[in-house]
Amino acid sequence: MEQGQVAAEAEPGGVPAALRGFATDWSADQETFRHVHWGKAMIWIFLLSDTFIFSSFLVSYMTMRASVTQPWPNPSEVFALSFGGQPIPLILIAIMTFVLISSSGTMAMAVNFGYRRNRKVTAGLMLATALLGATFVGMQAFEWSKLIHEGVRPWGNPWGAAQFGACFFMITGFHGLHVSGGVIILLVVALKVWRGHYERSGDYSAVEIAGLYWHFVDLVWVFIFAFFYLW
Amino acid sequence: MNHAVHPASEADIRAAPPADHGQTHPIGVYLKVWAYLFVLSTLSYLVDFFQVQGVARWVLIITFMLLKAGLILAIFMHMAWERMALVYAILVPPLALGTLVFLMWIEADYTFWTRIIFLGGAG
Repeated sequence: MEQGQVAAEAEPGGVPAALRGFATDWSADQETFRHVHWGKAMIWIFLLSDTFIFSSFLVSYMTMRASVTQPWPNPSEVFALSFGGQPIPLILIAIMTFVLISSSGTMAMAVNFGYRRNRKVTAGLMLATALLGATFVGMQAFEWSKLIHEGVRPWGNPWGAAQFGACFFMITGFHGLHVSGGVIILLVVALKVWRGHYERSGDYSAVEIAGLYWHFVDLVWVFIFAFFYLW
Repeated sequence: MNHAVHPASEADIRAAPPADHGQTHPIGVYLKVWAYLFVLSTLSYLVDFFQVQGVARWVLIITFMLLKAGLILAIFMHMAWERMALVYAILVPPLALGTLVFLMWIEADYTFWTRIIFLGGAG
């Protein structure tokens, strides 16, 4: 389908018509999400609930950080790595960000090749996505062990406000768990793509659904990166 | 209800092209967004690297964050091409979070001053 055609279907006649379509879809005596694969509607609802969980963590982090009287440890220094005696601020987190964005890029292309019925390229791109995701988790494990070694605990740390550790382990831990789960899902779906499961059923939506979950994990990292590491 | 815009009869529904079955856009779109995301991430990293402080830091961080989130949502997650019924169902509920942020901001401020005034800065 052409891009313009899809856009026209989504918004016939601009915003007013789109709003009318929205009202019609929700008020008509029919399924609300017309032409939307059921699995896609379901993953979106799951992601919406996940949004609220991550938001709760980030809001509680905001509450703690705004109410402490001790200085908050400087993330720029805490997460610096030394190369040849020269500390580079936040470098590991920056690399992790690029790795996750790259995995999102390969995933988006995997979805595209899935709908083009290109089995091998789709499976290959999904495998690349999973590998980048595993790299991300590995770097996070390194970061965790480094901080634990330096004495960061959920109840205290050597540099300032005790709440720093609790926020760090909870937020990055929950996100890392999502990435780990995503890697497993990606590998399962990639295997099914490779074996021709979706080729036979003629429905490649599973790739897009796994992709939506994966992009969401990347999306959450954008907010964690901004609020926890850069703020 | 505007039936001209959205055909409601069974036959019309079946005849209508499945808009979201098969999101096939040119690969170039994804590569372009990928490049934008790299640039935006680099820029937000540079904010920290050059130790930009104060209001400028917050404005830059938030701007780059929202641009990145928008690109991922709109293009990678295909929000730009979804039906409005789905887009609003997903994007409107999170707006309630603004209320939570506002309430907890007041709460945090209250706790902070309680600690300063009555607890001698402890906690």
